Amino acid sequence: MAERRRAVPFWRDERVLKVLTQIGFVVLVLVVGSGMLSNYRKRGLTFSFGFLDEEASFHLAEGIPFSPTDSYARAFLVGVVNTARVASLGIILATLVGLVTGIARLSDNWLVSRIASVYIEIIRNTPLLVQLFFLYFAVIIQLPSLREALVLPGNILLSNRGFVLPWPRPTVSFGLWWPFLVVAVIGATLMLILRRRGVQRTGRPSFNLLWVGVPLIVIPVLGWLLIPRSPLLLDLPEIVTMSGGVLKVEGGTKFSPEYTALLFGLVVYTGAFIAEVVRAGILAVPRGQTEAARAQGFTNGQILRLIIMPQALRVIIPPLISQYLNLTKNSSLAIGIAFLDLYAVSTTMLNQSGRVVEVFLMIMASYLTMSLTISLIMNIVNRRIQIVER
Amino acid sequence: MHNDNLNPTEDIIIYRDVHKWFGDFHVLRGVNITIKRGEVVVVCGPSGGGKSTFIRTINRLEEHQRGDIIVDGIELTNDLRNIHAIQREIGMVFQSFNLFPHLKVIDNVSLAPFWVRKWSKEEAVRVAMELLERVGIPEQANKYPGQLSGGQQQRVAIARALAMQPKIMLFDEPTSALDPEMIKEVLDVMIELARSGMTMIVVTHEMGFAKEVANRIIFFSDGNIVEQNTTEEFFLNPREARTKLFLSQILTH
Repeated sequence: MAERRRAVPFWRDERVLKVLTQIGFVVLVLVVGSGMLSNYRKRGLTFSFGFLDEEASFHLAEGIPFSPTDSYARAFLVGVVNTARVASLGIILATLVGLVTGIARLSDNWLVSRIASVYIEIIRNTPLLVQLFFLYFAVIIQLPSLREALVLPGNILLSNRGFVLPWPRPTVSFGLWWPFLVVAVIGATLMLILRRRGVQRTGRPSFNLLWVGVPLIVIPVLGWLLIPRSPLLLDLPEIVTMSGGVLKVEGGTKFSPEYTALLFGLVVYTGAFIAEVVRAGILAVPRGQTEAARAQGFTNGQILRLIIMPQALRVIIPPLISQYLNLTKNSSLAIGIAFLDLYAVSTTMLNQSGRVVEVFLMIMASYLTMSLTISLIMNIVNRRIQIVER
Repeated sequence: MHNDNLNPTEDIIIYRDVHKWFGDFHVLRGVNITIKRGEVVVVCGPSGGGKSTFIRTINRLEEHQRGDIIVDGIELTNDLRNIHAIQREIGMVFQSFNLFPHLKVIDNVSLAPFWVRKWSKEEAVRVAMELLERVGIPEQANKYPGQLSGGQQQRVAIARALAMQPKIMLFDEPTSALDPEMIKEVLDVMIELARSGMTMIVVTHEMGFAKEVANRIIFFSDGNIVEQNTTEEFFLNPREARTKLFLSQILTH
């Protein structure tokens, strides 16, 4: 039939070129990597993670318990946990701040939208590090000393040593009580399902939403009364005087000034960016959508919830992921205000052990893992809302 | 040809000296008109003459700044309760359809009855299916708007507006964004609706539709009604020079 095609010389064969490029890249990585390693050896250093088991012999007073006799590995874990602590709470709070501010910026109310835009413009146009320093040195450190600590309603202690909140602590009888909690949650869930079925069938709920709260309150209270000793004790913070007149806070849950400053700083900063993302997302929904909904008699709240937000989310989520990643990575600025995050702990480890390459690899691997986890979760969310479109 | 449900005693829309400005631009300049229940009114005129703004003030998508608008016995003021009450009773069909792209066709149609009228889901879906049958596309119920042709989308939009069981239907150039072969399927639905006795105000240049079902034609230009007349009189004996010019321009091809 057709004459045989002439063989293509390999330097013009698309498939061969693709494979060659990949091989070339691997070779390049190997050459650079082995070069670095041999340089390393020439200077009498070895590449090993063995130092992680050695005693760290420095203090870390933030997050999970740590003593100087613990290992470097444990110290690194303290840093990772502290970063995760600030990033996870920060992401949640920044999303709330951003959502509210973004919607407020688009408000018809002149004052509301003006306040929102002033906040956004000030925060977006000054460096985060400056804001963190300001928050830490000009606000939190300037709070009264422990001796004159402000006591807010609800026994919240506020001083230059941080916040202390009252916190419920489980007692020995807690083990008897928590099954009541589980039953309460199951009961309330069942009622919610029942109520939703009723709405689907008749259009009107058969009972008020408040009734769902009844099992949620009654069952745990019943359990509390049945159990001999109360399962939780509210642990109120208290200022005690130690020997030598030194003051100390006992009880409650403490938030160090550094944690408070970093969390607030990251939330306020990232919240401003998220607000702009939210605003852009809402503006991306055509005006006709709002008009069509208004012409049908929907209220403004319903329009936002049922028509605008579901469409805006498609535009919002991809840049929102970037903001979450920024917040996580920006948490390394903690070193500026001496919060013991992953990066701050790592630099101490590095100075003590001299293991520069190993420690930096660990730092990068940790941030990479956190970032990829956030991306993965958010991409799943993104895909789920996008599929609905067609 | 005109529908028989016309009730000449009942004014459902009353405009008394209505003015509106967009900034310095005086769009509506003292509009006076009454429309009766069951009437089909076609609004035509050159673009920029204020006809869209006029019908958008009927359901308060645009706010008027002077004069009185009374719809179905309720005066349109800043009272949100009145505004919502009127918006519930008026259906509107837009030039660009404005269907909700994230919802299936059936949900587009049943959304407002469920959330605004507070019908049960089942009732809302049942009525929505009936309306989709009425506009001739029940088989598209589970598709998304993006999967339909323009003509089909506009018919869904009509079904969506009808789902609220409105007393008045507004059409803002419903066929202007459609390909020529799809105009007829939409007009057929509108003609059927007109004959069923619905009060309709239609901004359109489809003079065939006007001749078929309109009781009255309003010629809108420079922010006011220049001329209005019964359909036959409007075409046979236009009185104003501007009307004659406009008619000669749109009827020559």
